[in-house]
Amino acid sequence: MKVAKDLVAASATPMVLGILAEGESYGYAIIRRINELSGGELDWTEGLLYPLLHRLERLGYLESSWQAVAGERKRKYYRVTDRGLAELVEQRRQWDTVVGALKEIWHDRAPLTVQPLEGLA
Amino acid sequence: MTAHDGPGELDAQFEQWRQYVLRRRELQAVDADELEDHLRGSVDELVAAGLSPDEAFLVAVKRMGSLDELSREFAREHSERLWKQLVLTGDSGSPVGGTRSRRDLWVMLGCAAGALASVKVPALFGLSFDDDGSFYARNFTLFALPWLAAFLAWRRGARRSVIAVLAVLFVLGAVAANAYPLADDSQSVVVTSVHLPIALWLVVGLAYVADDWRSSRRRMDFIRFTGEWFIYLVLMALGGGVLAAFLFNTFAAIGIVPEEFISQWLLPSGAAAAVVVAGWLVEAKQSVVENIAPVLTRLFTPLFTAALLAFLVAVVWTSHGIDVEREALLLFDLLLVVVLGLLLYSLSARDPLAPPGLFDKLQLALVVSALAIDVLVLLEITGRITDEYGGTPNRAAALGENVILLVNLAWSAWLLLTFIRRRTPFATLERWQTGYLPVYAVWAWIVVLVFPPLFSFA
Repeated sequence: MKVAKDLVAASATPMVLGILAEGESYGYAIIRRINELSGGELDWTEGLLYPLLHRLERLGYLESSWQAVAGERKRKYYRVTDRGLAELVEQRRQWDTVVGALKEIWHDRAPLTVQPLEGLA
Repeated sequence: MTAHDGPGELDAQFEQWRQYVLRRRELQAVDADELEDHLRGSVDELVAAGLSPDEAFLVAVKRMGSLDELSREFAREHSERLWKQLVLTGDSGSPVGGTRSRRDLWVMLGCAAGALASVKVPALFGLSFDDDGSFYARNFTLFALPWLAAFLAWRRGARRSVIAVLAVLFVLGAVAANAYPLADDSQSVVVTSVHLPIALWLVVGLAYVADDWRSSRRRMDFIRFTGEWFIYLVLMALGGGVLAAFLFNTFAAIGIVPEEFISQWLLPSGAAAAVVVAGWLVEAKQSVVENIAPVLTRLFTPLFTAALLAFLVAVVWTSHGIDVEREALLLFDLLLVVVLGLLLYSLSARDPLAPPGLFDKLQLALVVSALAIDVLVLLEITGRITDEYGGTPNRAAALGENVILLVNLAWSAWLLLTFIRRRTPFATLERWQTGYLPVYAVWAWIVVLVFPPLFSFA
């Protein structure tokens, strides 16, 4: 199964904010975490993640800092700001609405193996 | 954990990959750092899973996907990076370039301050703009251009002998402007005021090519420099005009009229300083920004060609001779200068190895129609120059310029034709133009130095 590109893009911001709300992290770990959480279904590219992190930083939702790890290696860590947390709350509210509505519609129905007409009946 | 057999080799691979990344304008050094850390994380994990470092590197790079796509995504967030910005103090990434351009900046500021002050030095000796306008008109370029030449000579690391020649030429210019007993209302004053800047600008050119003055390429660089310098100067003049207008009107609104400050201090000193600043800007930006002069040339070559052809058709159609008034020769001189400029700046931006194309034919049409018009003008004028107006310095200078430009354009037209017919390489045309530069210099100096006594200071 492949998640549609639009859906991945729409859900990217709350996912990153949500993961960073758990504690500061860096790009590679964020991608691993998303992969893990989705059971390998969401496979983000670097081209999606890093520009998104930079955008959220520009909007003031994240802050970053370079930290030395393992000798000479530098790593850029991101952490969520208060503005970012507020944004996360807002995004969650919206997603809860969308997900709640979808759940209502799909309540107790068998996954789409039924004929559409029968489904209406 | 990274590599057991040769971490050095893996590091070399990372370094190579980094170079690839940094070649993208959308990706900067900090992004390369971040992506490299990502890649290393990926490699570490693959090595832990049992791959050899080499394999791990290949798989990790493959997973990251194409750099094209990556930089496209980065460009969406960082669109400002596609607009090259002028970094006044050099690339922070390279300390050597940084100190060099910082030093440039300071030397430029020193030279600009010198130009700024020079304008006001004569005032100490009681020469004011109002009463001695002709003194300032003759000498204005002498206040600014030596400082620009000094800046360029410093940048090029000019040898002592070159510096001495530059100094002698500027002194000679000062002598020509001030030693002759020229009346304020004489024609010679005007002729000198027009030609001295040309002569001195070519002295600046000597400073520009100080490191290799025989090289045709360096001279072409000076032609490019001239075009860009002029455009920056015009832009700064527009900005200065806006500044002056605001200053005047805002102060006038509170009852202070800063007219004297603006006309005596801001405009003259600002103009002199702008001459140096524009030169520095061209030097600082030459590799950062596309040259504008060739772009304008591309736009206007077809339009000028059309205008000149229309004019020729109109002359033939109405069989109306060109009415050569007193100012007409000057007008047609300017026309030739514009055509030469259009030719020069498209030459300056042309790839010397490209085959002849439509644009070259268009240029030939432009040059030939300008020549045809000029020949008509010369035919009209030859009879009159000797009797009706007599030999005034104005006429002699204008005629001399006309001949110089005519010779240049006629030979250029011939070279263009042979180039279009693939008989001569493009470089011949380029060398002809750069080799012709000293002719302008010699003529301008003749007009400035020899004409006043020749025409008994008329």
